Amino acid sequence: MAATSPPGTGLLKGLGVTIKHLFQRPATLMYPYERNELAPRTRGVIALMDENCTVCMLCSRECPDWCIYIESHKETVPPAKEGGRARTRNVLDRFAIDFSLCMYCGICVEVCPFDALWWSPEFEYSEYSIDSLLHEKEKLRAWADTVPAPPPLDDGAVLPAEVADAIEKAEKERELAEAKAAEEAQAKESGAAGGAATPAAAAKEPEVEVKAGEIDQETFDQLIAEGKSERIARSKAKAAWVKKEKARLKAEAEQGGGDAAAPAAAPKPAEVHVEAGQIDQETYDQLIAEGKTERMARAKAKAAYVKKEKARLRAEAEQAAPSGESAAPEAEAPAKKQLSEVHVEGTGEIDQEVFDQLIAEGKSERIARSKAKAAWIKKRKQEQLDQEGGA
Amino acid sequence: MTAISSGATTYIAQSVSLFDGFDGFVLPLVLKIAFVLQLFFVVPLVGGYLEHKAMGRMQHRRGPVEAGPFGVLQLVADGIKFIQKEDVIPRAADRWVFAAAPGVAMVPALLVFLVIPLGPGVFALDLELGLFYALAITSVSVLGVLMGGWASANKFSLIGGLRAGAQLIAYELPLILAAITVAVQAGTLSLVGIVEAQAGFMIPGTGINVWFVFPQIVGFGIFFISAMAELSRPPFDMPIGDSELVFGYMTEYTGIKYAMYMLTEYAGMITMSALMVVLYLGGWQLLPGVPMPGCEGAGGLFDCSPIGIALSVLVTLGKIMALVFVMVWARVAYPRLREDQLQRMSWLVLVPLSLLNLAVITVFKVVF
Ligand code: SF4
Ligand code: SF4
Repeated sequence: MAATSPPGTGLLKGLGVTIKHLFQRPATLMYPYERNELAPRTRGVIALMDENCTVCMLCSRECPDWCIYIESHKETVPPAKEGGRARTRNVLDRFAIDFSLCMYCGICVEVCPFDALWWSPEFEYSEYSIDSLLHEKEKLRAWADTVPAPPPLDDGAVLPAEVADAIEKAEKERELAEAKAAEEAQAKESGAAGGAATPAAAAKEPEVEVKAGEIDQETFDQLIAEGKSERIARSKAKAAWVKKEKARLKAEAEQGGGDAAAPAAAPKPAEVHVEAGQIDQETYDQLIAEGKTERMARAKAKAAYVKKEKARLRAEAEQAAPSGESAAPEAEAPAKKQLSEVHVEGTGEIDQEVFDQLIAEGKSERIARSKAKAAWIKKRKQEQLDQEGGA
Repeated sequence: MTAISSGATTYIAQSVSLFDGFDGFVLPLVLKIAFVLQLFFVVPLVGGYLEHKAMGRMQHRRGPVEAGPFGVLQLVADGIKFIQKEDVIPRAADRWVFAAAPGVAMVPALLVFLVIPLGPGVFALDLELGLFYALAITSVSVLGVLMGGWASANKFSLIGGLRAGAQLIAYELPLILAAITVAVQAGTLSLVGIVEAQAGFMIPGTGINVWFVFPQIVGFGIFFISAMAELSRPPFDMPIGDSELVFGYMTEYTGIKYAMYMLTEYAGMITMSALMVVLYLGGWQLLPGVPMPGCEGAGGLFDCSPIGIALSVLVTLGKIMALVFVMVWARVAYPRLREDQLQRMSWLVLVPLSLLNLAVITVFKVVF
C-alpha cells in the first residue's frame, strides 16, 4: 500500500472503477439481430467468376493447402475468319474449394491473372458436417455476386492504368475538337480580315501541350539502341517529347510576342481549363488563416479557382456575344475567347436570340436557357460545316 | 408469544410462524416445507441472475439476454441443461462418497432457510437458538466439499478440498465472533428477537433509533468478508481457483451434481446476506425508527396486515439483493488473493479484530 494514501484507498478506487463501468453502454453487438459494418476488404470466402477463368491452374498450384480442385476439357473453336486456323480452348468443368482446408491466405486471389477469384465478405457458411464445406463452382459463383465494389481511391492516389488511359483518350479527343474549332475561327478570321496565317499555328499550341501520348522518336531509337526495354524507352521518349515540345512553344511565344498578339493570347484561355492544378491564392490564404489543414485548403482553393475562372470566361463571353456573334472584323480577341469557350464551356453558351424569343413566348427561364443552348450548339456546328465546305 | 428478558429490557418476540395459523398438523408442515423449498430454489436463482447481469454490465457485456425476457430464465435453462448432461464418475473415484458429497453440501444450505425471517411471521421456524443453528448448520457444508475433493481421486480436487477446509476453519472463527457480538448486544440468539432488538435500539442518551450496523460497523465488515470467504466467492475463491486448480473440488463433477454445488453457492450467498440483514441491517424494517405501514405491533414490526407483511418481505428481499450485489461488485473489482494471504488475513487481522470488537461491545453493553 502506498505510504501516502490511507490504507484501503486502492480498494475503494477499484470499486469505483467497476461501478462506473456498470452504467456505461455494453459493447455487445447483438449479432444475429444486428450486424456491424464489415471492413471493405473483409476476407469472408473465396468467390469465383467462372466467366473469367481460363483454367490456367495457377491458383490451384499456388494454394498452400492444395484445396482448389479444377477439372476441364479442351474444345476446338472454329476459326474466326475464313481460312484461319482453328484454336483450342479450355472449358471449365469443375472448380471446387474445400473450405475445411482453406486457410484464407488469399494467395489464390492474388495469383489469378484473370480476375476470376475474389474475396467476398460472406462469412456465414458454417456446416454441421466437414465434407459439406467443399463448395463447387455454382456456389462460388453465387458468392461472386456478393463481392462489393472496390473502395474509392485515396486523395492523390495514382489512377489505375485503365482509367488513366481512358482519361487521356478523352482529353485527346477534346483537344482535337478544339483544334478544329480554332481552325474554323482562323479561317473565319482570315476570311474577314484577310489576316495572317500564324494564328492557325498558334491555335494548335494548346493541343500540343496536353497531348502527352506522342513520343520523341529520336530518343526512343537511341534508347533502344542502348539496349533498354521497349517499355522503358517508350516512357522516356514520351517525357522527352513533352519537354521538347514545351521548350519549343515557349520559344515561339517569345519570338512571336510582338507581331502576333493573338497567338500569345490564345493558349491562355485554353490553359485555364486544362490546368486544373492551379489554386486560387486568395481562398487558399483565407482557409489557412481559418486554421484548415493545408490539404483541404488546397483542394478548396482549386475548386474556387476553377469556379472563378469559369465565371470570368462566361462574363467575357456574354459581354462579347452581342457584338461578336457573327465574327465582326474588329472583334478578334473576343472571337478567340469565344472559340476557346467551345470547349471550356462546351454547353455553357446560349443563343441570345432564341433565348429572348422563348422568354418573350412566356417559357420559363430554365427551359429557354436550355433550348437556347441547344440552338447555339447547332449553329456552331452548322458554321463549322459551312467553313469546311468553303475551304 | 414468548417474552425474553435480558437485563432491564424486555423484547417481545413473535415466534409464531404465519403457517402455524392453519389448523391441524399436516397442513402447516406442508406449507412450511413448500415455503423453504421455494426460498431455496427461487431466491438463489434471482441472486444468480442478478450476478450474471451485474457482472456482465460491469464488464461491458449484456449478460444473459436470450432465455426469457431479458434473459431472466437463463439459470433455469442452465438447470435443465445440467439435468440432461451425462453423469460422469471417474473410475478411480470413491463412488458413494463422490455421489453423496454434493448432497451433503447442499442440504445444510437448504436447512438454513428454516430460520431465516423474511417478515413478520414469514419464516418456517423461530428457534430460540436461531443464530446458533444457522451458523452451525452452514458449517456442515464444508464436509460435502471435503468429501467431494477427497473422493474425486484427483490431485486438483484434493488440493481444492483441503484449501476449502482450511479456509472455512479460518473464517468460521471471525464470522462466529462477529455474530456473537450481535447476540450479546441484542441479548438473544433468536433471529426474530434480534430484528426486534434493533427496532428498539437507541443511540445511548438520545432517542434516535439505529440498526446494529451503526455501533458494529467493524463487526459488519468482518462478517461480510468472512461470509464471502466462507462461500469461496471471489476474491476468496482459492478452493476452486480456476487458474491454479482447474476447478478445485468441483473439477470432476458434471451435470446435476455440479449444479448442486453451484446451487449451494448461490443459496449460501442468499443465506449469508439474509443473516447480515437480520443481524445488522434491521431485518424487514424499512428505515431505522420508521414503522412499517400496516403494522401495529411493537416498534411497527409485528401484527401486520397482509399488505404490511408483503411490504416487509419485499424490504428484506431488497436488502438481501443489495448485499448480493455488493458481493458481485467485489468479485468483479478484486483479483483473487493468494492462499497464504488469505490465511494471514484471517488469523492475524480478522480474528484479533473480532475479539476486540466483542470485548468493546460487551463493555458498552454492560455500561449503558
Ligand atoms: S485462400 Fe489460400 S488456402 Fe484458401 S484456397 Fe486460396 S490459396 Fe488456398
Ligand atoms: S488462377 Fe484464375 S484463371 Fe487461373 S484457374 Fe485459377 S481462377 Fe481460373
